[in-house]
Amino acid sequence: MTPPAKTARVTEILHALGAVVLALGIGAVLMAASGYNVVTAYGYLLTGAFGNFYNISQTLLKMIPLIFTGLSVAIAFRSGLFNIGAEGQLYWGAFATAVVAIRFPHTGPAVLVPLSLIAGAAAGGAWGMIPGYLKAKTGAHEVVTTIMLNTIGILATGFLLRVCFKEAGPVDQTPLIPESARLGELIPYTRLTWALFVGIGAVLLTDLMFKRTALGYELQAVGDNLSAAQYAGIDADRMLVVSMTLSGLTAGLAGSTLVLGVLHRFITNFSPGYGFVGIAVAVLGRNTPWGVLSAAFLFGALDAGGISMQLFARIPMDLMTMVQGLVILFVAAPFLIRRIYRHGKR
Amino acid sequence: MNEVLDAVLGLNTFAAAIRISTPIALAATGGAFSERAGIINIGLEGMLLGGAFSGVLGAYLSGSPWLGALLAVMFGGVLGYLFALFVLRFRADQIVAGIGLNIFVLGATAWLMQVIWGTRGVSPNVNGFGEIVLPIIGHIPVVDRLLGIHSPLIYGMFLLVAAGWILLFKTPLGLRIRIIGEHPEAADAAGIPIRRIQYACLVLSGMLSGLGGAYLSLGHLSWFSMNMSAGRGYMALAANIFGRWNPVGGLAASGLFAYTDAVQMRLQGLNLGIANELIQMLPYLLTVVVISGAVIRSRPPAALGRRYDPNR
Amino acid sequence: MKILELKHITKRFGGLTANDGIDLDIEKGEVHCLLGENGAGKTTLMKILFGMVAADTGQIVHDGRPVSLHNPHAALRRGIGMIHQHFMLVDRLSVADNLVAGCEPRRGFLLDSKKSESQVLSAAETYGLRVNPKEKVENLSVGEQQRLEILKALYRGADILILDEPTSVLTPQEVRDLFSIIRNLTAAGKTILFITHKLKETMAIADRITVLRGGKKIATVRKDDTDPGRLAKMMIGREVFLRPAKPEKPPGAVVFEAKQVCASHPLRHLRLKNITLSIRAGEILGIAGVEGNGQLELEEAIMGLRPIDSGGIVLNGRPIQRLRTAERRAAGMVHIPSDRVRRGMIGSQSVENNLILGVHRKKPYAKRGVLQRPEIESYCRRVIEAFGIRCRGGRDTAGTLSGGNQQKLILGRELSQEPVFILAAHPTRGVDIGAVESIHRLLLEKRNENKAILLISAELDELLSLSDRIAVLYEGEVVAEGDGFTEEALGLLMTGQTPREATPRDAAR
Repeated sequence: MTPPAKTARVTEILHALGAVVLALGIGAVLMAASGYNVVTAYGYLLTGAFGNFYNISQTLLKMIPLIFTGLSVAIAFRSGLFNIGAEGQLYWGAFATAVVAIRFPHTGPAVLVPLSLIAGAAAGGAWGMIPGYLKAKTGAHEVVTTIMLNTIGILATGFLLRVCFKEAGPVDQTPLIPESARLGELIPYTRLTWALFVGIGAVLLTDLMFKRTALGYELQAVGDNLSAAQYAGIDADRMLVVSMTLSGLTAGLAGSTLVLGVLHRFITNFSPGYGFVGIAVAVLGRNTPWGVLSAAFLFGALDAGGISMQLFARIPMDLMTMVQGLVILFVAAPFLIRRIYRHGKR
Repeated sequence: MNEVLDAVLGLNTFAAAIRISTPIALAATGGAFSERAGIINIGLEGMLLGGAFSGVLGAYLSGSPWLGALLAVMFGGVLGYLFALFVLRFRADQIVAGIGLNIFVLGATAWLMQVIWGTRGVSPNVNGFGEIVLPIIGHIPVVDRLLGIHSPLIYGMFLLVAAGWILLFKTPLGLRIRIIGEHPEAADAAGIPIRRIQYACLVLSGMLSGLGGAYLSLGHLSWFSMNMSAGRGYMALAANIFGRWNPVGGLAASGLFAYTDAVQMRLQGLNLGIANELIQMLPYLLTVVVISGAVIRSRPPAALGRRYDPNR
Repeated sequence: MKILELKHITKRFGGLTANDGIDLDIEKGEVHCLLGENGAGKTTLMKILFGMVAADTGQIVHDGRPVSLHNPHAALRRGIGMIHQHFMLVDRLSVADNLVAGCEPRRGFLLDSKKSESQVLSAAETYGLRVNPKEKVENLSVGEQQRLEILKALYRGADILILDEPTSVLTPQEVRDLFSIIRNLTAAGKTILFITHKLKETMAIADRITVLRGGKKIATVRKDDTDPGRLAKMMIGREVFLRPAKPEKPPGAVVFEAKQVCASHPLRHLRLKNITLSIRAGEILGIAGVEGNGQLELEEAIMGLRPIDSGGIVLNGRPIQRLRTAERRAAGMVHIPSDRVRRGMIGSQSVENNLILGVHRKKPYAKRGVLQRPEIESYCRRVIEAFGIRCRGGRDTAGTLSGGNQQKLILGRELSQEPVFILAAHPTRGVDIGAVESIHRLLLEKRNENKAILLISAELDELLSLSDRIAVLYEGEVVAEGDGFTEEALGLLMTGQTPREATPRDAAR
């Protein structure tokens, strides 16, 4: 799926913003119908996201895993694949990172951090490769296989944790990773680390790959027109596998950066659905790397603000899940926004 | 050893399999109608979950599980209609819209649970369906546990699957649906009202899935818990493909998935020394295996997933 | 007696005016040919008549009364039926199911399939068209499928039948069968509207002819008052040279060989059987045959898009049957595919990106996997100029180009690679006559530059004028090969029969 040409880009951005506004609007209606004060609620949303320095740092913090899962889904989309399995892939990434970090406690950070990240990326990539391979070889639809592999991955990492790497005690978690593996904070006491820059770096690399490399060209060609790509000599099956592997790799990094930056260990059920929100991020960002970055920022803000809303206005976080679902629906439906726009003009 | 055999081949396991297959088979039949009309319906999961919730809500408000089921069917139909609106009228990508619907319903059901009951995780208990005993079969010693004594929704499922099969393959409407999914241009040239039929198929798939959801929450249990559908909607998708887009085939495939689920649950209870997580994986692994093997041999409706706009 | 009048019909699609104020009278019981090149507006006009497309302005008068036809059902109720170029049949369903779709006989709620079948048989008998009601459409021959389409329209009570390019998929013999069916129908009082771009058929079957060009009606004439030359001039607007000059040329060494190639497809019935061909440098080998006799399979097998079961393919002495497509291209093979929109280009991407499709990894367009945009841009400019591709520049979206320009884009890309072997499949299909001339010129140029060319085409004229030798493909086998064939002989060979007259130098098998 080719991203929009430059001339259409402005319309696309307006369209995306319109979708978010509409989704929030419906959220407002739902809140009002349930008896909440919309103005106070959205007030807390805004301040929770941007109100002070600490809150902004929390927005950025929440943004980081979404950059990775958003990129993951977007990369797969460009080749025509639907990767709903980012959740399972990030679990593997987190698990592998924690295990490697714990295994080498006496290695210096200059080696241990990259090593741990690579381990996480590799684990996620391998888990992503499976549905890619199945699709290439058997035509198995990746929506079903990736969703099934989510559950299988979460169960498998839980199993391995319990059997091999568990810290003694009631909680299913690994021991803490060594100091040398932990990422340094950008701002003290915020838990915001320079994982943020790893994320931005990933965005840059993805952008360069699609715009400047022959591999990126081939991945895009396969997504735009599989037959024409094959006729031109591109190995479509190989591209599908590569795409899913890169996608899984990126999602794996979401888990890795969470472990190295925030959690400092692997623990069961650590992800509030980053993999699924990543779908909304990719769709809103129109599958472009910088679009994903912007969308991740927006959803990070909604996440941070949502916590505030729940804490102070007692509005359940599930409202944000609903908003995400609506954003996906509205962004995916170009004619809806167009119709509303035309309606509003009259 | 005996316990393992009992878990795998015991009568109780098969009876449980029939129970577990009900929501999946209903959703798979809904999926068959949708896909035979050319539209990929990933939103089955959301429609199941929505049905489960609204079923409990209806039972809560009225005290009767029957009214709860009715509300579930209606709510499912509404979801089906909204999905159709987004895909057909607003030209949304079918798969993306389905995922969006599922995420939305996930959030909406959790939200409503807190708003209405103030609970997070599980709803209060309501009146669920009891079991009914069929006149003759319900009294034959072995068969009764298998087929004779079940929640009425299960018998409803069998009837609906059969009715769905008849509708799809033996009626004029079914012929038209199949033509739309194979060759929409031909349907258009024959003067068949494509949009109207596609909307109807999606509403029907929503209603069937809604009923399946009602079974999840009311048929065997009597409450709603968050994300109760747990991927059954996606299994229904796989069951539909494995069943060759045929309601009866979908039922057979659902039965297979349900059977593994039933076995898995019984095996967990026995301390076999195999980790619970690995046992729990069984139905999901089976789905992956099935869908990798099934696709090569079967032919989906030729125009499945393709958007056709009747131009005027 | 006028049965239909189309008054001042206009239809625009975005910036394109497909029909510009067209007036048309149809008389009852006549065969009226709508003649024009691709893109002249014939199909659009007939789709308006059949209710599939709404006209912007204008009126349709049927039997003296103005009518509004807003969907095919309305047109059918007025007795207007249409047989499309691409059949509106569902392969997986039976003949009976296809025939009754939309007006199915019922027994209560259920479909009465026995009645469907008997209705098929009685309709078939009434109009003298043979069909088997239980057979699945995918198992019918193309001629039989077309007969079913005609039967469908008649079954629904059509008095006016619109045939859209009906002969493009038929052999000369099947065309003759169709024409006799048409004459039977007009004798029974039906009116036939026949859309075509083929002059010879028009002269054979028409009573009256209306020529369209560029969306406008040029003239309506009686067949007896005109001739092919005058019709061609009206269609094109200028003099046309229908056969380009081809210099005599002794061919060079053998470049390409196929030796006993066999290939089969798991789902479809057709298999390639013992295909043996050879092409020399500076030679064009034409493959004649009705579509669906193995041309696509041959195309795919040669380019490595389909595996072969046995046999060998040799390029300049090197066996290539095990090489993948990319490797065959690297060895000097290029491909102009039969389905250009779906397989030859990526419509959503820029002209520039389309021009490097297939060569995007080669120097100088890429170095070590990184695309070199400046080199790509200059290559792009050169090709656009050399091949006369009309577009706004390299950044233009390829899908917005006209059919002819898209084809030139593909030709430009493939022919610029300094190939050794060119596989051109239906290179002028759907392209307007001006572009056809230049495409023919390009192919002959390459022939003169000592390239080996395999030309697959359904147009006998094109094959006869361009090819040095012709091989006939029938049901997956080469049934004849040589030069000096006549059109009549080719037509017979294309249906699997041996011509009774003198055979050319290389004997037919």
